[in-house]
Amino acid sequence: MAHSQSPMEKQALAIPLSPFGRLRDSDLFQSFMRSRLVVAAALVTVLMLAAALLAPLMAPQDPYDLGSLSLLDANTPPAWAQGGDRRYPLGTDDQGRDILSTILYGTRSSLLIGFSAVLLATALGVTLGLCAGYAGGRIDALIMRIADVQLTFPAILTALLIDGVMLAVFKSHRVEAGKFWVLVISIGLAYWVQYARTVRGVTLVERNKEYVEAARLIGLSPIKIMFQHILPNVMGPVLVIATINLALAIITEATLSFLGVGLPPTEPSLGTMIQIGNRYLFSGSWWMVVFPGVTLALLALAVNLLGDWLRDALNPKLR
Amino acid sequence: MLAFAIRRLIEALLVMLAVALLAFVLFRYVGDPVSQMAGQDTSLEDRIRLRQELGLDDPVFVQFARFIANAVRLDFGISYQMKQPVLALLAERFPATIELALAAALLAVALGIPMGVYTGINRDSWLSKVFLTLSLIGVSLPTFLIGIILIYVFSVWLHLLPSFGRGEVVSVGAWHTGLLTASGLKALILPAITLGLFQMTLVTRLVRAEMLEVLRTDYIKFARARGLSNRAVHFGHALKNTLVPVITVIGLQLGAIIAFAIITETVFQWPGMGLMFIQAVQFADIPVMSAYLLLVAFLFVAINLIVDLVYVRIDPRIRILGRGQ
Repeated sequence: MAHSQSPMEKQALAIPLSPFGRLRDSDLFQSFMRSRLVVAAALVTVLMLAAALLAPLMAPQDPYDLGSLSLLDANTPPAWAQGGDRRYPLGTDDQGRDILSTILYGTRSSLLIGFSAVLLATALGVTLGLCAGYAGGRIDALIMRIADVQLTFPAILTALLIDGVMLAVFKSHRVEAGKFWVLVISIGLAYWVQYARTVRGVTLVERNKEYVEAARLIGLSPIKIMFQHILPNVMGPVLVIATINLALAIITEATLSFLGVGLPPTEPSLGTMIQIGNRYLFSGSWWMVVFPGVTLALLALAVNLLGDWLRDALNPKLR
Repeated sequence: MLAFAIRRLIEALLVMLAVALLAFVLFRYVGDPVSQMAGQDTSLEDRIRLRQELGLDDPVFVQFARFIANAVRLDFGISYQMKQPVLALLAERFPATIELALAAALLAVALGIPMGVYTGINRDSWLSKVFLTLSLIGVSLPTFLIGIILIYVFSVWLHLLPSFGRGEVVSVGAWHTGLLTASGLKALILPAITLGLFQMTLVTRLVRAEMLEVLRTDYIKFARARGLSNRAVHFGHALKNTLVPVITVIGLQLGAIIAFAIITETVFQWPGMGLMFIQAVQFADIPVMSAYLLLVAFLFVAINLIVDLVYVRIDPRIRILGRGQ
């Protein structure tokens, strides 16, 4: 009995060493494989990411190159419909742009803006949340009051207002080139509150723990304590918020572009394409709005599902 | 109760003041009001006189005080784009937005609560799963896409409902209403669904979650033990207690509905305040933007305040706690 190990003990001793093996054994991966819907959502997201990254290589046409467009090809229906052209699998828009190529480039813009805006919101929210939680007192009260006020308004309205103000400020300058940054900043500033509140909550708990006290005793600066010691402990919830936020940011960008205050028609995002297509809905050119619309809906739904799953999987209460 | 109300009122005033400061900075420093109002061939002396008339040379806090005094008297200046007083423009557009928002809220409540109750009681029925899947899609689809889909199906394809405008409008005093004509009601259907769908899914999910929670409590078990009918337990005992958080959320969502009306109004070319605001943003029409900002902030703050006070009225637990403090 002394020398024989039970199967359970054997399993416990056999620690998989390869990173892939560790990944396969993790709770996260197990819960991921259990839901077919989540796997499908991840697949869609990865496909869209790849399409966005490889857009310049994959797209049959460069939609930004106005010289390659021919107005004679405008409003061509998809290749399988009557009057379709095999050069344009999903048809063309009112400028004679290939819809498929424009969708690839548009997804690229949408994702790029989405990721950048989430990055900005995360950086801002996490920094302010850490400061509020760690410093406490007046700084905390000030930051949280601003957060409360901003939370009274829907984020889309905040983004719209910031976008409007920035467009007004830069009206005399070259605004077309700066529209990307206008969008990133307006969306980023609209969504920082949730990070700040969550991070502040966790920081309030963490700052009284012994490791923080020890760090303070050996004379580390508050900045080092906040970012090197407390920050790693708040990253879990931040990651969840960021994923759900990505879907929101993509939808917000599309909405702003649809409203005509986002990316210009010369460099269309999915929202701009839908806005253009919407004008031609009554003339029967359904393909100009349906394909970008489906792409946007799939992208938002897939990222949303991933975020929901991540929230549940990382929540120990639900296990 | 009174102390609570006064404290909340002061907080609300502070928020309004902060928003007013924002609107003032926007109004005063984004773009030069003089160059916006004056024409190409206005002489330099005229420009200087205009500056003095507008009081742009006064100290900043004097200007801010004047801005607030004007805003309280509902004087928001003249639109750069339309060359008309902003107040008149807003007043003309206000009824359209309010009618749309109320119709959407009504729709969300009238459909959302029954669906929430049904999915809460019959957790595993297939109809519940259909409702919940639909609500997930409703949350994921952007509002403008829902509007376009509705237009495509009901206007372009089936030719059943109009796709833009308010239809025929009749005036009742100063209020132009579309609710009294057949074409006005028909024009309201699609925008109201578009605007109300997201709120409806929210209400459904909330009522469902609350019902699931309440149905597990002891007093429900006791009510069943007393031999009350399912109907009495579900609607008399359970639903009544789920309504407190639901009322709060619906109240707060009214503000969100007015904000999201911007998108719906753009899709359906609904002549409300949101459409005007979007046009103002595109033309950098600052007076309209800052007036809209103040108006929306006022609506939000007022709704928040009312919801807080109603909450205290209908939930005895908060009332007693408040007295204890």
